[in-house]
Amino acid sequence: MASQKKVAETPAPAATRPSILPIDASPVQELGREADLKAFRDMLLIRRFEEKSGQLYGMGLIGGFCHLYIGQEAVVVGMQLAMREGDQVITGYRDHGHMLACGMDPRGVMAELTGRRGGYSKGKGGSMHMFSREKHFYGGHGIVGAQVSLGTGLAFANKYRANGNVSLTYFGDGAANQGQVYESFNMAALWKLPVVYIIENNRYAMGTSVQRASAQVDLSKRGASFNIPGELVDGMDVRAVKAAADRVLEYCRSGEGPYILEMKTYRYRGHSMSDPAKYRTREEVEKVRVESDPIEQSRARILANGWADEEALKKMDAEVRKIVNEAAEFATYDPEPDASELYTDILR
Amino acid sequence: MPTQVLMPALSPTMEKGNLSKWVKQEGEKVKAGDVIAEIETDKATMEVEAVDEGTLGKILVPAGTADVAVNTPIAVIVADGEDASAAATPAQQNKAAQSAPPAAAPATAETPKAAPSAVANPPQPTAQPVPEFGDDAQEDVELVTMTVREALRDAMAEEMRRDPDIFVMGEEVAEYQGAYKVTQGLLQEFGASRVVDTPITEHGFAGLGVGAALAGLKPIVEFMTFNFAMQAIDQIINSAAKTLYMSGGQMGCSIVFRGPNGPAARVGAQHSQDYSAWYSHIPGLKVVAPYTAADAKGLLKSAIRDPNPVIFLENEILYGQSFQVPKVDDYVVPIGKARIARPGTDVTLVAWSMGMTYALKAAEQLAEQGIEAEVIDLRTLRPMDTETIVASVKKTGRCVVVEECWPQSGVASEIATRIMENAFDWLDAPVARVSGKDVPMPYAANLEKLALPTVDEVVQAARAVAYR
Repeated sequence: MASQKKVAETPAPAATRPSILPIDASPVQELGREADLKAFRDMLLIRRFEEKSGQLYGMGLIGGFCHLYIGQEAVVVGMQLAMREGDQVITGYRDHGHMLACGMDPRGVMAELTGRRGGYSKGKGGSMHMFSREKHFYGGHGIVGAQVSLGTGLAFANKYRANGNVSLTYFGDGAANQGQVYESFNMAALWKLPVVYIIENNRYAMGTSVQRASAQVDLSKRGASFNIPGELVDGMDVRAVKAAADRVLEYCRSGEGPYILEMKTYRYRGHSMSDPAKYRTREEVEKVRVESDPIEQSRARILANGWADEEALKKMDAEVRKIVNEAAEFATYDPEPDASELYTDILR
Repeated sequence: MPTQVLMPALSPTMEKGNLSKWVKQEGEKVKAGDVIAEIETDKATMEVEAVDEGTLGKILVPAGTADVAVNTPIAVIVADGEDASAAATPAQQNKAAQSAPPAAAPATAETPKAAPSAVANPPQPTAQPVPEFGDDAQEDVELVTMTVREALRDAMAEEMRRDPDIFVMGEEVAEYQGAYKVTQGLLQEFGASRVVDTPITEHGFAGLGVGAALAGLKPIVEFMTFNFAMQAIDQIINSAAKTLYMSGGQMGCSIVFRGPNGPAARVGAQHSQDYSAWYSHIPGLKVVAPYTAADAKGLLKSAIRDPNPVIFLENEILYGQSFQVPKVDDYVVPIGKARIARPGTDVTLVAWSMGMTYALKAAEQLAEQGIEAEVIDLRTLRPMDTETIVASVKKTGRCVVVEECWPQSGVASEIATRIMENAFDWLDAPVARVSGKDVPMPYAANLEKLALPTVDEVVQAARAVAYR
């Protein structure tokens, strides 16, 4: 459609990618050695961190809700590769990956999961509520869709201050059906706010598939009536994410207004830790793992290009595991917040 | 039979207006629907249309007349062959005005969502300039008379001049000059980037405002009325009020949500509700509800400077009322401090916002009956100034709380609890409350009157607790 103008696309080799869906994804651009290795390591950190979170949950160290990001790592890591200092990130409750990608300390994140005083929110926020002004991470929000209006407000502040920063506002396919998302789209387009709406379409809103919840399943078109351009991106390929992010961040930064990126992705684990897993087959999950895993794709590419050998990647994995184990150790033995913290931070 | 044209009301709360211009002159032929005159108030202007065919026989109120009371006959339309001098005498006119329907419909509605009717003379307080001002005012300070509306605007303008991070957003705040004209003139002074008209999208712009506040700006978010803020209450509570705590003190937001709250007049159940209890329930919010213009100004300035989210509850009926405001460069009233509006020894009356109109009138009547009531204007609902209430109750031994909100889980029940917790042994009678009735607001004038607290109810309650 005419209004769905795409920003100038960089020509790239038509790489054949295994994909979970036959999508007309945006083009892939090779990252090069350094960036590909960094992306691999960042994704691996999220994967190992989340695996450890699952273990600690099973041990009863993490309570309540805990939404793991396993399978979706390429989305946030690819976006992060394209960001610049000052750009803000805000997301919903599946937020551990975003925090790690923003450079927040794994110890502080893990200690928040276990509700300890060394956690990012002194143990008062939990899995869904962490923030870092220093790293420009604005949460961590538990009400589905609420972060979309907030992220649009971050973009409003950027425009008000003319600071050239862009708000990266993440939400899922479930949130894409919330009314305030469209209220926000309208204002963002009306006022040309610098915001990228990143829809992490992992195909299931809790147990309800996109097909069962959405009249228009092509979520990249959800901005059409506001003239917000959108495109589909293979969210399992960090190169595709980075290529889209480069173009779109430039578009938003230059004052053109908002843009929608629908990331086709997949979560391997349940919606939260208590997921009956009755809404999809084991085979479906296994197929995605085998054919499209973002980290395995990255590993194969690095080896094929000779950017690192098996030994070097193993060593990297060991380093990442060490960081995660230390974070878990810290989160296990760090004391709970002092009782006096009950009544602090209500007002300032 | 000559037809009288009466001064119409632009809104349910309008009492008087200015007759700015006659479009038709005496002797001119008019058809139904012809514009014959223009009237204006401080909020809006409208055209007066003829409802009958005939000749504009006599103009009773000349152009340029200020403060013409609603329902005053302003002209007479005569049919062919009739004599304008047959028009009623002034005394008869007044009598006619009480029963005659208004002769014009508003050409411009001032509150698009509320769609006010032109039905004249809703029940409303008759307060004229009240010689009340904050006890914070010093005795030697010069006082100026201004309306609550003007005081609120001045507060915003002064703060916006001081700090470029402050901006106002909401429906009709800019080009329309405010649905209730509270933001009048701000667009002209501060421009469209700081006085931002939003679409009708309360949930969205409340969230957007909170996001901008998390990023460090200081938004003033105007709700056309707090009735519409129910669509936005998730962002107010979950995002604005809780984020500081959830972030372990890292990320707070300095934001003011303001607009008219509480029953208006004749607007029905969905546009007439008091949210005092709703917001005062929430840790992480401050909730302010001023009565006088001085407090409106001083407290709004404090609210804008406050680093926390502040709910600023105004009242449509009070907007047009005048009070004396200290004329000082930077008049600020601290949040969290109640005010003794009238000292007394026999019974304590606690009220805020519109409730003060009932409490003050009741205190006057009680004085005539030999009961000296001490009236506390609470001004802030959260954090609540328990100390001032308790000190007064320890003196009087009796307390009546006046509120327009519903009784169950209302602010009065909270105040009663605090008195019980802090001054039980000083009480000579159970704490009484005069609340809005436990019903959705009815439209019919008589039922609406019954649904609201009355001065008489306050007097009766005060006498009951005083055993008189």
